[in-house]
Amino acid sequence: MSSLAAERRSEGCSRAPAPAGFDDAAVRLLGASKRFGEITALEDARLSIRRGELMTLLGPSGCGKTTLLNLVAGFHVADSGEIEIDGKLVNDIPTYKREIGMMFQSYALFPHMSIADNVGYGLRMRGIAKPDLKRRVAEALSLVRLTGVEERRPHQLSGGQQQRVALARALVISPKVLLLDEPFSALDRNLRASMQIEIKEIQRQIGVTTIFVTHDQGEALSLSDRIAVMFEGRIRQVGTPDEIYRRPADRFVASFVGDVNVLRGRLDRVDGQTIVTLGAARISVPREPLARVQSGDRVDIFVRPEQLRFANAGEPIAVEGTVAAHIYQGGYVNLYLEAPEVCTSRILVRSLEPDAINRWPTGARVGVSIAGSDAMAFEAEPAPQSV
Amino acid sequence: MARSTFQRMLGIAGTLAVLAILGFVILPAAVVTLAAFNDKAILAFPPETWSWRWFAKALAYDDFRSGCRNSLIVASWASSIALLVGTAFALALDRYAFPLKHTIEAVLLSSLVVPHFTIGLGFLILAAQIGWARGFTVVVACHVVLVLPFVLRSVYVSLRNLDQRLELAAASLGASPARVLGTITLPLLLPGLVGGWLLAAILSFNEFTASLFVTAQRTQTLPVAMYNYVREYADPSMAALSVMYIVATATLLTVANAYLGLGKVLNVEPRR
Repeated sequence: MSSLAAERRSEGCSRAPAPAGFDDAAVRLLGASKRFGEITALEDARLSIRRGELMTLLGPSGCGKTTLLNLVAGFHVADSGEIEIDGKLVNDIPTYKREIGMMFQSYALFPHMSIADNVGYGLRMRGIAKPDLKRRVAEALSLVRLTGVEERRPHQLSGGQQQRVALARALVISPKVLLLDEPFSALDRNLRASMQIEIKEIQRQIGVTTIFVTHDQGEALSLSDRIAVMFEGRIRQVGTPDEIYRRPADRFVASFVGDVNVLRGRLDRVDGQTIVTLGAARISVPREPLARVQSGDRVDIFVRPEQLRFANAGEPIAVEGTVAAHIYQGGYVNLYLEAPEVCTSRILVRSLEPDAINRWPTGARVGVSIAGSDAMAFEAEPAPQSV
Repeated sequence: MARSTFQRMLGIAGTLAVLAILGFVILPAAVVTLAAFNDKAILAFPPETWSWRWFAKALAYDDFRSGCRNSLIVASWASSIALLVGTAFALALDRYAFPLKHTIEAVLLSSLVVPHFTIGLGFLILAAQIGWARGFTVVVACHVVLVLPFVLRSVYVSLRNLDQRLELAAASLGASPARVLGTITLPLLLPGLVGGWLLAAILSFNEFTASLFVTAQRTQTLPVAMYNYVREYADPSMAALSVMYIVATATLLTVANAYLGLGKVLNVEPRR
């Protein structure tokens, strides 16, 4: 087993995830399904996680992301499908032989053991001799930047410190895959941000394949190499954060990841190009989601707030609406417009202008244009939903 | 805002009621304790002259000495066996689903609803049938049945409070099920196990009704010996023995609480 310290020394060359060779997958799920009684928690999950990659499972609660994690950990057994770790089928291999490292939401530190004993637990189970064990525990604790607490008990540490212990305990055994189950949800906001950066750095440094479960799309976008967005037991899209944000595969992904406005427009196909019209604006959108829609039919256009801006003279106006509210955020201002004919809820426009509140006061009629080329359109839903 | 006279009266009445109830609860123990120091050879309250002599007499009385020894033997065996059986069943009931689960649980807890004399009589008939009526086996067996529900409940509650993610974490770190049990589950259950054992031991030590049926002269436990004593004598040595009983039990519980109940020794995480 490679030592953490040796890997730390190679710090400079942070390991980029390997290219998408299927053979190089550290973890693979081949049609894994899991039912609990009547409920299908996970259906036909297909996912290949590359060596050294940080893969995030993102979705609302009950979407199956934790079930998927538990299948990889071996806490549940798949009803059908195959799960491979390191090229080896593990369906019938119990958790304790899978060589995984898991960090729990509650950290699950052993309350009756000292910090050193907690971190060294996995090594003791592997029969590592004492001097070696002590050295590796110390290395793991210094990796997570937590020293001098070896003899304390878990309840004597702060939440952030407990999390570091949990991470050290999972990493000290050099696991084939590191599983993180909503690790930041118990931390307060400031600590959360710094722990996220730190865990990401450590993960890069030692290059451990990581599966990270979260319901927080911001966390997913900022930490992941790739994201698998899940909903109702199915993986809806797998891609880099940028792909997920800019080219969502369906309505659910588009509205779950990032803020989005759903505006009613019409499809207008021109010479193979897929164009949607919204007010006076004509917007080019990807064609795949609209394969079944006829030219002239209603479509729902998904536009991010930062793609909307107040139209200058001469620019085609996509939406005309009334300013209903402002929310000052320091670096930017969120303006909410009402335009009932195109959007059932309020339209969110993000303005970087410090003077936005005075320029567009409440009640003002404003024209909005669409900037950039990242709008998406999907088949209109019978009852247009608000997002 | 000034409280009305009625509210004040209600407050005083409430305080008095609480004091009366508390007094009533400790009254028997207080009366017996005072009676134990009576110099005269009668059980009377309040005593007129004071003496320690009934303590000396109680300690010297042969039946009490052998009764105490028998009780200790029976209590330690019965509570230990009940602990083993109860822990195994508590684990099974908490962790696994199996047919007749509720029936099995009901049977295990049934001695809570069956009168003790019924259980004692039943064991007596059975033991007489197979010729064990004069030995310790039947007394211990009888006490196991009587204290089992308490051990079972105590361990079961501890199991419920045990965070199963700790066991999952141990498994993820490479611990086989047996090692999870040995390094995580049992150490964390220890307060519940010790508490259950202690409760069982005290209940067994104090048990009288069923013991009356299943003990013989050679195996009679302390409560039975005391009963036999009061049938013939009415001096304060009974009361003296009671005081020693109370003091011993209270000491045991205080020590146990100091070392186990507060979770200091076991470092059970405090609730936040």
